[in-house]
Amino acid sequence: MLELRRKLLKGGASVALLSPLLGTGLLMPTAVLAAEWNRNAFAARNVNDALKAYGSANAPESRDIVINAPEIAENGAKVEVDITSNIANTRSLAVFADKNPMPLCAALEFSGAALPYARVQIKLAETTRIRAVIKTADGKTHVAFREIKVTLGGCGG
Amino acid sequence: MADQIKIRAQIQGEITDIRILMQHPMETGQRKDDKGQTLPIHFIQVFAVSHNGKPMIDGQLNTSISKNPLFAFKARGIKAGDKLTVNWQDNTGDKRQDEITVA
Repeated sequence: MLELRRKLLKGGASVALLSPLLGTGLLMPTAVLAAEWNRNAFAARNVNDALKAYGSANAPESRDIVINAPEIAENGAKVEVDITSNIANTRSLAVFADKNPMPLCAALEFSGAALPYARVQIKLAETTRIRAVIKTADGKTHVAFREIKVTLGGCGG
Repeated sequence: MADQIKIRAQIQGEITDIRILMQHPMETGQRKDDKGQTLPIHFIQVFAVSHNGKPMIDGQLNTSISKNPLFAFKARGIKAGDKLTVNWQDNTGDKRQDEITVA
């Protein structure tokens, strides 16, 4: 017990010593980009392959994911999509656009203080269904859909 | 050197709205210039947001994210004086990191 207490005190002290240095940039945490870019999922050319590579091929539809997006997007180069998950223990959120040349647009992971909400701006090649895929801490996946009409595509041009 | 990341945090009681603007061309590799030359693919692949050094959001992006993308997130329990750090890396290995102190 005493041993443990000593260790804890020691650990605490070193953090306290280091943290002022963090602020000054002397000990800048060198780009803590944790996850490796999921090439298989991002480079997939159709939505089924992308979902499979992301590990959410059989996700059931959920009403607890709220997608806010324009019904008609005039400019496909910048379509703002707003997603909130009301599912408990949401850990990650991915956005897919079914008809884009590469359907997976973004994959976000939440931890610490972050709430399961994100607003992202995506390019849409043409009128398409977008889907938001939620993964929870226990590994379950959920999906929600939303149709967006695009008058001017955002990929070529 | 890439342009500065603009970070805004607005505390509204318990919840804080965070907006992040990353200035980046986000080229898809499908667009052509005036001469019909294909513009090379150039996009942010990974980015991370941390709160007082602790990870908060880890993001992976594709070319289908808009040019100069604006992201908005929400967080709970952020206080004035806290630090928010954002960094990204693109497919060419270019990087950028910026930090703000929440007002």
